[in-house]
Amino acid sequence: MYEFNYHRPASLDEAKRILSGNDEAKLLGGGMTLLPTMKMRLAQPSDLVDLSAIASLSGIEVAGDSITIGAMTTHAQVAASAEVSSRIAALSVLASGIGDAQVRNRGTIGGSVANSDPAADYPAAVLGLNATVITDEREIAADDFFTGMFETALGPQEILTAIRFPLPKRAGYAKFPNPASRYAVAGVMVAETGNGVRVAVTGAGANAYRVSEMESALSANFSASALDGLAVDASELNGDLHASPEYRAHLVVVMAKRAVAAAGG
Amino acid sequence: MSENGIGAAVRRKEDHRFITGGGRYTDDINRPNQVYAYVVRSPLAHARITGIDASEALSRDDVIAVLTGADMAAEVVGGLPCGWGVCNKDGSPMAEPAHPPLATDTVRYVGDQVAVVIATSRAAARDAAELVDVDYDELPAVTDLASAGADGAPQIWEEAPANVCFDWEIGDSAAVDEAFSKATQTASLDVVNNRLIPNAMEPRAAIGDYDRGKDEYTLFTTSQNPHVIRLLMGANVLGIPEHKLRVIAPDVGGGFGSKIFHYAEEAIVTWASKRLGRPVKWTADRSESFVSDAHGRDHISHAEIAMNDDGEFLGLRVRTTANLGAYLSTFAPSVPTYLYATLLAGNYKTPAVYCEVKAMFTNTVPVDAYRGAGRPEASYLLERLVDKAAKVAGLTPIEIRRRNFVPNDGFPYQTPVALEYDSGDYFAVLDKALEISDYDNFAARKKASANKGLLRGRGLSTYIEACGIAPSNVAGALGARAGLYESGTVRVNPTGSVTVLTGSHSHGQGHETTFAQLVHEALGVDIDAIEVVHGDTGKIPFGMGTYGSRSLAVGGMALVAALDKIKAKARKIAAHLLEASEDDVEFENGELRIAGTDRAVTFGDVALAAYVPHNYPLDVLEPGLEETAFYDPKNFTFPAGCHICEVEVDPDTGVVNVDRFCAADDFGRIINPMIVEGQVHGGVTQGIGQALFEECVYDNESGQLLSGSMMDYCLPKADNVPNFDVATNVTLCQHNALGVKGCGEAGAIGAPPAVINAVVDALSEYGVEDIAIPATPQRVWQAIQSASR
Repeated sequence: MYEFNYHRPASLDEAKRILSGNDEAKLLGGGMTLLPTMKMRLAQPSDLVDLSAIASLSGIEVAGDSITIGAMTTHAQVAASAEVSSRIAALSVLASGIGDAQVRNRGTIGGSVANSDPAADYPAAVLGLNATVITDEREIAADDFFTGMFETALGPQEILTAIRFPLPKRAGYAKFPNPASRYAVAGVMVAETGNGVRVAVTGAGANAYRVSEMESALSANFSASALDGLAVDASELNGDLHASPEYRAHLVVVMAKRAVAAAGG
Repeated sequence: MSENGIGAAVRRKEDHRFITGGGRYTDDINRPNQVYAYVVRSPLAHARITGIDASEALSRDDVIAVLTGADMAAEVVGGLPCGWGVCNKDGSPMAEPAHPPLATDTVRYVGDQVAVVIATSRAAARDAAELVDVDYDELPAVTDLASAGADGAPQIWEEAPANVCFDWEIGDSAAVDEAFSKATQTASLDVVNNRLIPNAMEPRAAIGDYDRGKDEYTLFTTSQNPHVIRLLMGANVLGIPEHKLRVIAPDVGGGFGSKIFHYAEEAIVTWASKRLGRPVKWTADRSESFVSDAHGRDHISHAEIAMNDDGEFLGLRVRTTANLGAYLSTFAPSVPTYLYATLLAGNYKTPAVYCEVKAMFTNTVPVDAYRGAGRPEASYLLERLVDKAAKVAGLTPIEIRRRNFVPNDGFPYQTPVALEYDSGDYFAVLDKALEISDYDNFAARKKASANKGLLRGRGLSTYIEACGIAPSNVAGALGARAGLYESGTVRVNPTGSVTVLTGSHSHGQGHETTFAQLVHEALGVDIDAIEVVHGDTGKIPFGMGTYGSRSLAVGGMALVAALDKIKAKARKIAAHLLEASEDDVEFENGELRIAGTDRAVTFGDVALAAYVPHNYPLDVLEPGLEETAFYDPKNFTFPAGCHICEVEVDPDTGVVNVDRFCAADDFGRIINPMIVEGQVHGGVTQGIGQALFEECVYDNESGQLLSGSMMDYCLPKADNVPNFDVATNVTLCQHNALGVKGCGEAGAIGAPPAVINAVVDALSEYGVEDIAIPATPQRVWQAIQSASR
């Protein structure tokens, strides 16, 4: 990797001070994407601002009808949390299926969501469960957050601090992993929430997105069979060595059905 | 059986150091005043180099030199040599283009070496490498076999028109034509053998260290055969006499064939260390391994088999095109010829076999031996074809094999493609596999799978392989430019411990244990008092190293020959000490005893007497107790076996899950069953990897490697394989005293056809008769889609 300055601030304020006026600085969560990218010399940040010493960014908090997860909480912590598994089992399932044990022990929910990798799992949870992304400046609704491949609504100096998941009535997540990387080729979160049924897909498109036809079908009948005969348009989907757009379109439907089944539908 | 002798599951002596971080690999070694090399590689698949400007890199304080092909060409003797020559059908030699360690005027694949930057740290060398400005004139490239032979394809070498390196044949074509004219039924198959990237756990590394005072070179390198590297690099590339060049291959973390070959970086660091007067170290990173370690396989074949009414094979005709990559790697020509087509008789008594092989240059990484080397390609083709033939003949896969097996009284069996099998019992290994696979209860398991919405399929393969390539004179007549014997020295120390020096090289195989068991068995010396030394040309006798499952059958036999000499001398010494006739001395369990008496000396007494020869027959016997033997085998060895695989296919996603895998193998006598089982597990896992996961993919337009990292190149993981059920059925090798055959490659040979036969069986209800390898979820889904339409 190229040389860079390393910072490990103890507070958000300090982190903000380092970021301010430093366009080439990058925030470091677990580093599971950023560090390999830097090792491959595909990223050259001037400064790395490691958020791991800011205690307020970690932890899982249950309050009334929601669970708030700090940005620096690792996938392994989410997967192991009884608070999470008893209230949103689909989120535990999702966290426990990310990458491998090493990735889960380092990778963080905030890093994953802020990166908006088209093949990451968490964006499907944020969007499907209608979560709210909390930053040091504001709260952003899930529907407004993911704006493109590796692009989000976050401003250049904005720090994602937590994600608040409202408790769904029921939810399920199913993922078809890339055989090599175990990233999602197609991952679908299906949830029946206070505001209706939501179906969010990751892995298949440029960023996580919702499928309104599936949402309507499941609103009428929350069962896998409600999705029979429903086809997804392949024209906008990703294609790579492992899955053509057509195969991905097929997998989105299969995973959606499995997610509904996992949700008890 | 002694608890540490032949047949005992002795725990691997070397594992303590490996699992406690005590291994010493090439990259762990650092020399005083060492500097670091980083290789500038071609980003283009085919281009003329029109200029190299290193001035910006050289302006850095931490950069010592930037060396190019022109610098090297002025000082070295030649290019990287090819160690096996193959002739065309008309007897003319193959095209053998030069292979400079650093490109001089043209690059021919993405990853080709263009220049080397040498700096005071690895990071600095890498940073500076980005500052080396290479001007290229891009040329059209071709990476796949079909395009390489097409009219108007880009020409990679002037001396290889139409990109053909050689057009070779074996077998009696007229006899095969006659067989087909008599046939009442035939089956045919078009088959690809997918290209693989080896991915040993330890990336390659090399340190060149020149001693100006003594004018001597030392090369530390990740090699399976340090003497071969010393010979090839010293004599062919750098012009260094062997007595001035020491090659050390210390602990090596896996090779699978990819570390047999002499690579450019070895020559570069050795040459540069003299030029710069400092040790030069190079270590590949994983990305570099993908584009610089020799790849494996990459065949396209068409095969036809002729049968009579009873499904007996009358003749086999095979036409193969093989990808050799851009340059000839060290043993590349042997792999798709003598290590492949000679195995096409398989376990069968097919009377006529003919195979022609056209080997092609492409703008890809050189292709050479990878675990199994030619034999997996043969076994995959044949065992897929036999399953197809069974369908044509209306026989079960088991019945067609039994009807065609070489019978137990048929050995020695001369195949129509050069080899003579010495022993085997193909019926017994098949029966053993049927037994451990619980073959008869398949229907119940298939039903249980169906209840889960899964398609269960079962496939089997019966394979044969040829190990321990030999004898040297026969291999030489077939084009080998090296001997294929092995050496071993047994050095008994004065206090009775034993140091073994072997020309074999262990890079995961467990020789430090297996070879110690041979010594313990012969001399009765405690297994912890036996040290096996390998991998250092400064210590060991000239040896050929480890590949082709040869270590025990060749290296082990050299050791046995040396042990025989030790035992003979020990008996002479004991006879003197006991004042008895040599003929009356028995040597058993570490004791030399006058037969039928209680008068004995220990082996330790004999060792001490040999080195402190006060009471010793000095007039007729030299002091000391150290013997060396070179062993050249009389024939190949022929391990064989039957693998049975059961898969569950998810028709909704195309995912194939290997649910059961059984391997029944005949490896001859087994020295350490635990190590053998481990070899089978590893080999089968790699075989499952080839069948379901691993695929090297190039973009044929740009020549870029698309599967260039672990993110896209899928190695099998622990959760991709089931617990294996393994068993052995022994028939002894008839031409070595140990009766051993070899086990290292069997899994990678037997598994792919068993897995794919199972996948095809699972999909048979859709009418699917074939599927391309690897059977990835997408391919399986597509096969189901096209069949359902």
